[in-house]
Amino acid sequence: MSVQRNPGGNTLRFGDMVLPHLDSAYNLARWLTRDDHDAQDVVQEAYMRAFRSFDGFRGDNARPWLLAIVRNTCYTWLSRNRRAEVEVPYDEELHGSEVHGSFGPDAHDANPETIISRRDDVRLVDEALAGLPVGYREVVVLRDIEDLSYKEIAVVAGLPIGTVMSRLARGRRMLTKQLAQLRKGGSGGSDGM
Amino acid sequence: MECNEARELLSPHVDGELDARDSAALDEHLRGCAGCRAEVSALQSARATVSAHATRFSAPPELADRIGDAMSPSYSRSAGPNSRFWQGAGLGAAATAVLAIAVGIGWMSTLPSHDDLLADAAVVNHIRSLQGNHAVDVASSDQHTVKPWFNGKLDYAAPVRDLAGEGFPLIGGRLDYFDGGPVAVLVYRHNLHTINVFVLPARDDSRAGSTRVLSRRGFAIERWMKDGMAYWAVSDADPATLAQLASLLGAEGTRR
Repeated sequence: MSVQRNPGGNTLRFGDMVLPHLDSAYNLARWLTRDDHDAQDVVQEAYMRAFRSFDGFRGDNARPWLLAIVRNTCYTWLSRNRRAEVEVPYDEELHGSEVHGSFGPDAHDANPETIISRRDDVRLVDEALAGLPVGYREVVVLRDIEDLSYKEIAVVAGLPIGTVMSRLARGRRMLTKQLAQLRKGGSGGSDGM
Repeated sequence: MECNEARELLSPHVDGELDARDSAALDEHLRGCAGCRAEVSALQSARATVSAHATRFSAPPELADRIGDAMSPSYSRSAGPNSRFWQGAGLGAAATAVLAIAVGIGWMSTLPSHDDLLADAAVVNHIRSLQGNHAVDVASSDQHTVKPWFNGKLDYAAPVRDLAGEGFPLIGGRLDYFDGGPVAVLVYRHNLHTINVFVLPARDDSRAGSTRVLSRRGFAIERWMKDGMAYWAVSDADPATLAQLASLLGAEGTRR
């Protein structure tokens, strides 16, 4: 695809390449802010930023590029409005005691598909995911909902691939624990995190 | 491989993001470690659950309008009110999908293709099989011994043919990790060269009959499709020799 130099052409190109990813942008922002209005504000701001820096964009797939802008806009917004959420310390190292059995003592609790075997329990998945710290939530959303590759997630989240891997593993374990606690009617399962 | 090391590979394993070397090492560890196997199944379950049940939020219709409005000053200087930009803002689902596909195809062309990645994996597996002195799991020149050996180890039946009469004696067969799972490898010899032929069900019928010739670090690679199977042949033999074996095994249009 040739890069069009004239401003009008660039506007058209922006419309072709960036607007189709509006759902992805909104979905990411919605999961990171956990609020419809906040997500809309963030996405609008992100699109303005994206449009301003679009001249510098080189490539054929604008989705990871756009999502990186959405993600950074979210973090800026969160640190201004909900500082505590982005100040969770991330212990990237896994503890030795977690090597096995980190999904809980009960084999039943280890398997999310078993945990949510009842039809009603499907809604718990959103709740469990929303309960993850934002740094883990974003990698799970990008991988399992947006279906990005590890390489693309590394670009979007500005993390080394190794960190993407460890956060995904940990995020999935936390999610399983949350689901098990929610299923048992626990208090939201924020302990242990 | 120790559990601590294996554990870091479990998520990429579940996501199909491991290279052939790590996959093989991890598979070996998993065979002997029930704890890590349980962890894999829990991770798979978590992944499937989120994919299947977590909400993918769609942008509310008013958001596209808001963005269009916010951009209108910069926009109206550069284009008229009926430009495609505005049509873009109100794109229907079908048009959006078409655009997304068009853009997606463009992106794929800038990344290593699936074939390129598989060619790398084929060469790595080939080299490893020779280094480890583990070229074959079942050593036999008898196709009627090699073929049944794969029974129960794979969920497909790979055609096995000895080609000694044509100058390519069958040495045996091996199971190897390739393209995300265990596959049959037929090992042939030609003079002093070992030739690995990976045989797996073709994923993509649309490429049936197409043959590709690649090379990596001095190794010749040829890929073709035949009767619903994908074949990948690798060797340090010269490409013409490999092409000869490929055509004996059913590659069409090698010279296209």
